[in-house]
Amino acid sequence: MKFPLSWLKYHLETTASLDEIAEAMTMAGLEIEEIDNPAEKFGAFTVASVKEAVAHPDADKLRVCTVETVDGIKQIVCGAPNARTGMRAVYAPLGAYIPGLDFSLDKKPRKIRGVESSGMMCSAKELELGEDHDGIIDLEGDWAVGTPAVVALGQDDVVIDFEVTPNRPDWLGVRGIARDLAATGIGTLKDVPIEPVPGTFPCPVKVELDWPEACPVFAGRLIRGVRNVASPDWLQKALRSIGLRPINALADITNLISYDRCRPLHVYDAAKLSGNLHARRGAGDSDTFEALDKKTHTPTETMCVIADEAHCLGFGGIMGGTYSGCSDATTDVFIEAAWFDPLITRATAKATGIDSDAKYRFERGVDPQSIIDGIEYATRLILKICGGEASETAVFGEIPAAPADIEFPISEVKRLTGLDLPRAEILRILTTLGFKPTGAGDILTVGVPSWRMDCSLKADLVEEVARIHGFDKLIATSLARPSVRRPAPATVMQLRARYARRALAVRGYQESVTWSFCESSQAALFGGHGAGLALENPISSELDVMRPTALIHLLTALQANADRGLADARLFEVGPVYLTDGPDGQLLVATGVRRITSGRHWTGSRAPDLFDVKADALAALEAAGAPAASLQVAPEARDWWHPGRSGVLRQGPKNVMAEFGEIHPRVLKALGIDGRVLAFEIVLDAIPQPRKSSGLKARTQLDRADLTPVKRDFAFLVDKTIAADSLIRAAKGADKALITDVSVFDVYDGKGVPEGQTSLAIEVVLQPRDKTLTDEEIDTVAAKVIAKVSGATGGTLRG
Amino acid sequence: MTDTAALETLEQDVLAQIAAATDEAGLDAVRVGALGKKGSVSLMMRSLGGMSPEERQVMGPALNGLKDRLGSAIEARKAMLEAAALDLALASETIDVSLPVRPEPKGSIHPITQVMEELAVIFADMGFAVAEGSDVEDDFHNFTALNFPEGHPARDTQDTFFMKPDAEGQRKVLRTHTSPVQIRTMMSQTPPIRIIAPGRVYRCDWDQTHTPMFHQVEGLVIDRETHMGHLKGVLQDFLAAFFETDEVVTRFRPHHFPFTEPSAEMDVRYERVGQAVKVGSGDQWMEILGCGMVHPNVIRNCGLDPDEYQGFAFGMGVDRLAMLKYGAPDLRDFFNSDQRWLGHYGFSPLLQANMATGLS
Repeated sequence: MKFPLSWLKYHLETTASLDEIAEAMTMAGLEIEEIDNPAEKFGAFTVASVKEAVAHPDADKLRVCTVETVDGIKQIVCGAPNARTGMRAVYAPLGAYIPGLDFSLDKKPRKIRGVESSGMMCSAKELELGEDHDGIIDLEGDWAVGTPAVVALGQDDVVIDFEVTPNRPDWLGVRGIARDLAATGIGTLKDVPIEPVPGTFPCPVKVELDWPEACPVFAGRLIRGVRNVASPDWLQKALRSIGLRPINALADITNLISYDRCRPLHVYDAAKLSGNLHARRGAGDSDTFEALDKKTHTPTETMCVIADEAHCLGFGGIMGGTYSGCSDATTDVFIEAAWFDPLITRATAKATGIDSDAKYRFERGVDPQSIIDGIEYATRLILKICGGEASETAVFGEIPAAPADIEFPISEVKRLTGLDLPRAEILRILTTLGFKPTGAGDILTVGVPSWRMDCSLKADLVEEVARIHGFDKLIATSLARPSVRRPAPATVMQLRARYARRALAVRGYQESVTWSFCESSQAALFGGHGAGLALENPISSELDVMRPTALIHLLTALQANADRGLADARLFEVGPVYLTDGPDGQLLVATGVRRITSGRHWTGSRAPDLFDVKADALAALEAAGAPAASLQVAPEARDWWHPGRSGVLRQGPKNVMAEFGEIHPRVLKALGIDGRVLAFEIVLDAIPQPRKSSGLKARTQLDRADLTPVKRDFAFLVDKTIAADSLIRAAKGADKALITDVSVFDVYDGKGVPEGQTSLAIEVVLQPRDKTLTDEEIDTVAAKVIAKVSGATGGTLRG
Repeated sequence: MTDTAALETLEQDVLAQIAAATDEAGLDAVRVGALGKKGSVSLMMRSLGGMSPEERQVMGPALNGLKDRLGSAIEARKAMLEAAALDLALASETIDVSLPVRPEPKGSIHPITQVMEELAVIFADMGFAVAEGSDVEDDFHNFTALNFPEGHPARDTQDTFFMKPDAEGQRKVLRTHTSPVQIRTMMSQTPPIRIIAPGRVYRCDWDQTHTPMFHQVEGLVIDRETHMGHLKGVLQDFLAAFFETDEVVTRFRPHHFPFTEPSAEMDVRYERVGQAVKVGSGDQWMEILGCGMVHPNVIRNCGLDPDEYQGFAFGMGVDRLAMLKYGAPDLRDFFNSDQRWLGHYGFSPLLQANMATGLS
C-alpha cells in the first residue's frame, strides 16, 4: 500500500519528521517496504536565477547565461530556446547525476564552443519530473535561489510503501493508517466529517439481495445530470502519487475513496440499467459478460454477480462490466456501496484470475459500517466535480453485525507480555484505536470498532496494547535454566543420524542434501513412488512425486560432478524417503554412492569394489548402534541392484537394515549415468532399539587371556552356491568357547578345483584359557570344525 | 720360551689382520687363525703347561690379556662392519620422499547439518529438546490446528504443495513449516514444554533465495508463566550464541501470523562483510525470524486451556542462518551436490559443535 505524506497529513495532525513517521509505522507493525523521497533523490537540484542570457559568440543556438545559484554566480552555456534573462530555472551543479539522461555532469567546468560552462539548467524530462523537453524549466513564482527544485515544482511529496498484513484491511485506507499512527503518539487524528448530502427525490433503482451470505447489504443512490469530466488537478495528482492513472472524474472519485477510506464503490451508467438490480449467484452461460479488464467471464453459481433484469453487470466487489460502465457521455449514474463476503470474493477472484483494488479490500474484510459514509463522500465529490442532482440513499438488506464486545481483564497485558502498564495507558491506547473500553473494575468490557473484525479475543487486545506501547519496551528476559539435571535431549534417531553421518564423512564421503521429491519415471526405476505421494501441483514435472529413495538424486549428482571433470565424487545423504502418506510413512535412510573408477598414482591404484561399500555400510551401521558384527549377509537386494553383485545386511530373515553393491546397469542407463556405480542404503529406522540402560555406565570386566592363541588353517571345497558367510558361521560355531575368530584368507576356483566348486581357505583362531592346548585337544577342535562346516555347507576338506 | 716380545709381535700382527678384514667372513678367518682351536694364540695357551711355574706366572696373564684384547678388537670390528653393511643396504633403499602420498578423499558434513547441530547445542543449553515429525502432513496439523482461516493464501496451490487427493477426496500437504511438530508435541505432552523442531519444509517458490524445499527450525515454550519478554530474551540469547558475538542489537516489530497473538518479527543490526554478514555492527536492519505468543486458539486446539497455559513460538530458516553465518550466497547451491561446493562450505566430521570447544 502506497500513500503520499500529504495525504496522511490530511487525516493526521503531526509535526513529526519523515524519519519519526517511518519509525512509528515500523514499530506499530506497518512494515515499510520503500520510501520515495524526491527531496533526497533530487537533492542536487535547486532554484537558480538567470541574471543575464546572451547569445553565444560562436554558436547560433546556444546562449551564455550568468546565473545566480546556490553555489554563487555561475556561467552556464545553455541550448534551450527559452533561456532568458530574469527567469527562475532549475540548476544542476557540476558532478550532478541527471536521471533523465542517465549520466553525471563532469566534475570540472568544460568549454562548449570555447565558452566555459559550470553546471546545467534542466528540463522537466531531464529530471524525470515531467514530459516537457521543449526547453528548460521556467518556474512560476519568485522562488528564492537555493530552494529545492522539487519544492518549487510542487513535487516534494514523500511516498511511503508498506506491507499490509492480511489482518488489517483498515490500513488499505489512509485514514486507517492515520488512526494507528495517532495512537502511537506522533500526532492526532483529525476530525474529517463527511456531511451527508440530502437527496431531492426517492431512489428509483431497487436492489434485491438474492444471496445474502455473499452480499448482505447494498446502499444505492442515483445522481442525475452529471458531466463525467476530467478530474481536477488535486485529484489527478493524488491518484498519480499512488501509482494510479486518472481516467475520468467518476472513476477517479471511487478510486480516491477506496484508498482514502478502504471503501470500494461502483458507479453504473444508470441509462444502461433495466429494471431492478440483483445481487445473486452467477447463472453460467446466460451471464457471460465482458468485464472492465476487457476479458469475457462466465460467472458460476459460486460467484456473486450484480445483474439487472437483462444483463449481468459485473462480479460483486471485484469488477464491473463494460456494458454498464461510465463513459464521457454518461449523464445519470447509480452508485453502489455494498458489502461482499471475503471468502466468496476471494474464491471468485481466484477462479477468474481477476485482481482489482476492490477485490483486494473485500477479500480481506471491508468495514461494513462504511457504506453510508462511503456513498455520502462519493455523492459530495460527484456533485462538486460533475454536478447533478442526487436521490435519497436507499439501503437494502442489513449491515452485518459489529464484532462482539470482549471481556478484558487488564492483567492479561502483564500475563502475556510481562509489561506492567498503568490502566490509564491501556485505556488510552484502546480508545485512540477506536475501541470502547468500559467498566471500572479489573475486567473491562471492550467494544470493538466495526473496522476491526480481526479482534475477538483477549489476546488480540493484548497485541493492540503492546504494539502501540512499543515492543521495544518489552523487557528481554532470559529463560531460567531448569533447576534439575536433565538427560541429554537428543533422541535415539537423532544420534543414529549424527553418528552415521560422521562415520561416512570420516570414510571420505561428502554429505549432500537433495530434494525430497523426484521424477515419477525415475522413481519407477526404484519400485515406484508410494501410494498417495504424487504431488498435485509439483514445482516442475521433474519433481512430481515424493522420492522412494535418495539414490536418484545422488546418482545424477555423481554424473553431474563427472561432467564437470570431478570423476571420483563420493556422496552421501542422511535424509527421508517416503513410503506412504501416513505419519509413519517416512524412513530415515543413510545413502551413499561412488563410482567404480581408479585414479592413477605412482604407487599403483585399485578400483573400488562392492566390499568397499559393504565396509562403508557396516561402519555406518556400527556407528549408528546396529549389531554390525552379527548381521547376516544375503544376496537379496532388490531389482535395481546388480543381480550378482549386491546384497543385504539383515537381522533375522526379515529385518533388512541395509542394501549394498553395484547399481543395476539398466537403472544407470535409464538415469543417463556412465560407467558403474557402487552404493549403499541404510535404513536407520530398522536398527533395533538399544536396551534400556540400568543407568550405570561401567563396563563389564575385561576378559583378557594370558595364553598365546593358536592358529590353524583349513581349505574347504564347497559348492559355488554356498555363501562364505555360512561357512564362517559354521566354523565359528564348532567350539564357541575356544574359537575367537575365523577369517577367509583365500578364495580360489582355478586349476585343481572341480567345476562348480570353490576352495575357501580359512584361518581359525583358538584362544586357550587355563592352560596351553595339547595336540590332541587342537585336533579335536579341528575335527569339530570340519564336521560342522561339512554339515552346514556340504563342503569337504581340500586334500 | 718366554718371549713377551714375540707376543707383542703376534698381537700387532693379528690386530693388523683385524683392521684389514673388510667383511664378516674375512674377520672370522682372522678370529679362527688367532683364537680358534688351532689358532696362534690358542697354541701358545696350550704351551703354558710345559712351562716352569715362574714362566707360567708371567706368560699366563700375558696370554690371557692378549686373548681378551684380540677378542674385543674382533667384536668392535664386527660391529663396525655390520653397521657399514647396513648403511650400504639402506642407502640402496633410498626413495624420493617428496613424491606425493596416496590420495585420500576428504569427507565433509553439510552446512545445514552443521547449523542444525549448532542450534541443538544452543537450545539444549536453554533446556530445549529437539522434536521431529514427518514431511507429509494433513490439513489439520499444518493449517487448521494452527488457526489458519479458511481461504488463507497459504492454503493455495500457489504457495503450498499438495498431494493428489485420495479416494475420499482428502489431500495431504507437504508441511509449509515445522509447526505441525509443535501441534503434535502439545497434543501428546503435558506442559512445561520446551522444544525446537528443525526439519525440511516446502513452499512453491524457486529463485536465488527461495527453493521449493528448505529447512526451518521452530521453537516452542508452553508453561504457566512464560511471556513475551522471555521470547525476546531467548531470541537475543540465541542470536548472540549463534553469531558468537556479545553485541547483538535486535529490533522487535509487530507483525501478523495466524498462529501467534501478539505476533512479531525480529530484525538484527548487520553489515555485509564480503558474502557473509556481520551481526551486531552496521546500520542496516535485517529481518531474521518470525515469532509471537502462541495463539489461544492454537493452545485450545491442542486440548490445553489458554487461560492456564501460555507460551511462545518462533521460526526461522536454517539454510538462511547458514548463508548468513558462513557466507554462501546462493541457496540453490545448498541442494546441488556440487563436490566443490560441498568441500568448500562443508565441515570436518571431527568438528562437533558444543559449548566447551565452540560451535565451529
